Amino acid sequence: MSRLAVRKTYKLWIGGAFVRSESGRHDHAVQADGAQVNIPRASRKDVRDAVAAARKAQGPWAARTAYNRGQILYRAAEALESRTDQLAAVSDRGQVQDAVDVLVHYAGWTDKLHAVLGGVNPVAAPFLSFSVPEPTGVVGVVAPDGPALLGLVAELAPALAAGNTVVAILSEPHPLAGLDLAEVLGVSDIPGGVVNLLSGRRSELAPALGAHRDLNAIVDVSGDSELAAELDRLAAETIKRARHGAAVTGYDTAIADALERLDGLSELKTAWHPIGA
Amino acid sequence: MTTEPRTSIVWDYAPAPEATDHVRLRDRYGLFIDGASRDPAESRYEQTLNPATEQPIAEVAWAGPADVTRAIDSARAAQPKWAALPDRERAKYLFRIARLIQERARELAVVETMDGGKPLRESRDVDIPLAAAHFFHYAGWADKLRYGVNAREVAPLGVVGQIVPWNFPLLMAAWKLAPALACGNTAILKPAETTPLTALLLAEICQEAELPAGVVSILPGDGETGATLVRAPGIDKVAFTGSTAVGRDIQAALAGRPTSLTLELGGKSANIVFEDAALDQAVEGIVNGIFFNQGHVCCAGSRLLIQESIIETLIAKLWRRMGRLRVGDPLDKNTDVGAINSAEQLQRIETLVAAGEDEGAQRRTIACELPEHGYWFAPTLFTEVSPAHRIAVEEIFGPVVSVLSFRTQAEAIEKANNSRYGLAAGIWTDKGAKAFEVASALRAGVVWQNTYNHFDPTAAFGGYKESGFGREGGPAGLRPYLKIAR
Amino acid sequence: MSRRLAHVDRVGVEERAAQLGKRSIKTSAKQQGIRLAVSMVDLTTLEGADTPGKVRHLCAKAVCPAPTMPEIPSAAGVCVYSALVGVAHEALAGTGVKVASVAAGFPAGQVSLEAKLRDTEDAVAAGADEVDMVISREAFLAGDDARVQREVARIKDACGDAHLKVILETAELGSYDHVRHASMLAMEAGADFVKTSTGKASSGATPGVCLVMLEAIRDYAEVTGRIVGFKAAGGVSTSKAALHRLVLVKETLGDEWLTPERIRIGASSLLNDLLLQYAKTETGRYGRAEDFSKE
Repeated sequence: MSRLAVRKTYKLWIGGAFVRSESGRHDHAVQADGAQVNIPRASRKDVRDAVAAARKAQGPWAARTAYNRGQILYRAAEALESRTDQLAAVSDRGQVQDAVDVLVHYAGWTDKLHAVLGGVNPVAAPFLSFSVPEPTGVVGVVAPDGPALLGLVAELAPALAAGNTVVAILSEPHPLAGLDLAEVLGVSDIPGGVVNLLSGRRSELAPALGAHRDLNAIVDVSGDSELAAELDRLAAETIKRARHGAAVTGYDTAIADALERLDGLSELKTAWHPIGA
Repeated sequence: MTTEPRTSIVWDYAPAPEATDHVRLRDRYGLFIDGASRDPAESRYEQTLNPATEQPIAEVAWAGPADVTRAIDSARAAQPKWAALPDRERAKYLFRIARLIQERARELAVVETMDGGKPLRESRDVDIPLAAAHFFHYAGWADKLRYGVNAREVAPLGVVGQIVPWNFPLLMAAWKLAPALACGNTAILKPAETTPLTALLLAEICQEAELPAGVVSILPGDGETGATLVRAPGIDKVAFTGSTAVGRDIQAALAGRPTSLTLELGGKSANIVFEDAALDQAVEGIVNGIFFNQGHVCCAGSRLLIQESIIETLIAKLWRRMGRLRVGDPLDKNTDVGAINSAEQLQRIETLVAAGEDEGAQRRTIACELPEHGYWFAPTLFTEVSPAHRIAVEEIFGPVVSVLSFRTQAEAIEKANNSRYGLAAGIWTDKGAKAFEVASALRAGVVWQNTYNHFDPTAAFGGYKESGFGREGGPAGLRPYLKIAR
Repeated sequence: MSRRLAHVDRVGVEERAAQLGKRSIKTSAKQQGIRLAVSMVDLTTLEGADTPGKVRHLCAKAVCPAPTMPEIPSAAGVCVYSALVGVAHEALAGTGVKVASVAAGFPAGQVSLEAKLRDTEDAVAAGADEVDMVISREAFLAGDDARVQREVARIKDACGDAHLKVILETAELGSYDHVRHASMLAMEAGADFVKTSTGKASSGATPGVCLVMLEAIRDYAEVTGRIVGFKAAGGVSTSKAALHRLVLVKETLGDEWLTPERIRIGASSLLNDLLLQYAKTETGRYGRAEDFSKE
């Protein structure tokens, strides 16, 4: 008699813990081997909990040195690389390798952002004036339908590199890659709450996320123009930073707008100090 | 010369020797050329000694002219392919090297201490972590060069020859190799005569990282090896860290040639303490500035400029603090000041210190038991120093600090700038506006305010005047390794 | 008149304090250090639920911390609320272990000066060898240095022959500049010891705070010739932390200061960790909580 497999229970990843939806609801998804599985159908309350976790984690995440954040992102890349086979089963090998390389790319941005976005301002008065980028805070991401893994990582990585924490709504038709990514990130050194991943119905979750007053920015790569307009309207309530983008197609498109992504999730602080005893 | 006896110890730290049994060194190391260990053409091998014990650690090949040529040829052959790699692939090689340094960190720290004499606490907590961080930082620039130098097109220079000193052997190797490779160059590194080992372990790490053959060569040897390397026709760029005297020779040797050059040379940096400084922290900064790494630091705060109104108080605090420095076995984890790197260097220090006494300065050296074997110099403070004294002008490169007084800010700046050197400076004051104003006026490439001897891969480092030209660290560290097309 | 604060650089202080935490204390030095630390412990209980029975157990533990290891000395003292001083005094009579009483509106200090003086007098009358008072943070944060000092001086008077420890409650003072300033105020007003914390605030005797206070003590002794002791309280719960504080004392003040006459550590759970670590140096085994009685 052949051995019976122990099947995976897919869970949401919130605050560093793997949890079921507080609503208890589920949806269906199909694995690469054709098997149907149950996945959590996140609710507005899960979104609320995720934003709270992301907020709590944001201060400590931003307080780490840029070097440390870079090391953590690189380790996430290591963790994903060593699980290529597992992730390839729910996306494709090339996509996984591109996702790894995207994480590596942004791991290398953490301690360079300041040199590129900031600087010293040669003001016409005896002051040392300098500008430094700081993270905007908690970023909401609405991931594209596909490529499910790369499209998600292409938005997570720059947000994290800039010192933000993230709540992401996973691809609705292809959620398994994102849910497996949660497991990968869970074994990397990413602190709990820095990334929160929710599977469920985009039409329910994205507006809930976009309406949350404690979100600083929303990144929408859904490609759904009506949703985009709604998110923009919701963003206006608290002057959130909103960005809409097209889904990436591969590594090159994923990093082509790196600086724009990083800049869009940073706030520039300018300080002045007199020079003169 | 006055010394003060130590009080009798009630509670002392027991010996805390770092374990060395996990370190695997070979008896003999070849040259690293074309991805593998090679015998030198003329079969020259020299022993490298532990300066704390004068005992040999290993035999190391020294490269002769034929070896230099061989290395350049392999570097030249490897360069186009290296530069043509997709940027992200080149980056990943450097990330691998960074991670391998971290994995082998303890071993590297022990070997660095054995080969060079610096305290284990420093090689473990400063040298090795910073070396890994430099590779990590520049790995991340490899695919972002056009952001780093604000250009649409950049290209590597080609084959670079790099010579590093004995005071931070692995760290200096990292400072040189990381940016060079990130920019698509291939490199030939000549480690210092007395400290080749960690560079050779780095060669092993390059192999473990599967770095393509020829991208990095390591050629131990003496001054002649270095002289041959920099003058060789196949070198597109030279990067040198070492004494101003040798830097001058190199610059002269390259006169009229298109070889690009950067130099990081000596210093006689002024550490300036104002009366409104946080005094106890200033004392720590002074100690760190001149006794860190036995004072074998190009940017050492070797001229201590103290505002007259606090000079007696500060010297008293400093002297008492110096009395707590633990000098001895570098492998002991509690050692603060290790061995002098070589007999030659010890001789140079002793000569200059004797000159200081002859010229009339007042010498104080802490009382401490020095081991019977090895090269040692106890931390020393000179007061009654005139700006013209040799000990105030010439770089001693040892644990010797010379005190000069000043009355006003303007005088401090003038004295600080009155040197052929211009590498670093320290400013101690609680007033931010003053700190920035003095910093603006100092002709020094690195200005530390209320701290000293802090280094980071993101922060550019380099000198003014005869302390050299070119910068290492941050995006500024990329420019010397690139041709900016447009 | 606005006060002149000392210049203390936080980054520099914390770097130095952290660096001294890297001293490697092994074998005989570790054993000696642990014994020293035990001899400096003021074994403390400051709970609403304290009773005479509990205090008696604590006193017995202070006198003989580890019956199976006779080379372990007695603790320096026992620290209790003033209502329990009489019990401790009786239990410790003839042992050489001191009775320290927190008094004078401990921990918040938000009571009238008259009440503070009365509390102090009661504690002394009941047999306290030492009184631990808190400075008025309310006065300090309002910039009223004169009142802070007046209170210290009055309570010192009320102590009679008893020694006065002045608690600064460093977590509430704001910055290291303030910690140094408060240390000076307390010493100038007659403190016999300056103490970091009540143990009831968010942080206690962090390495940085200890270093700043030890430097103030050193400078004060240099200028006046008067030796004021130092007590670290709050946050020193492991042997490693205790040894770190001893290193700070050694390298800031010198070996002559490594005595319970000048240095104390306020602790409760620390004592057993010291015993566990000591036992490990003898047996080579990592220990467990049950290896020593809690009281």
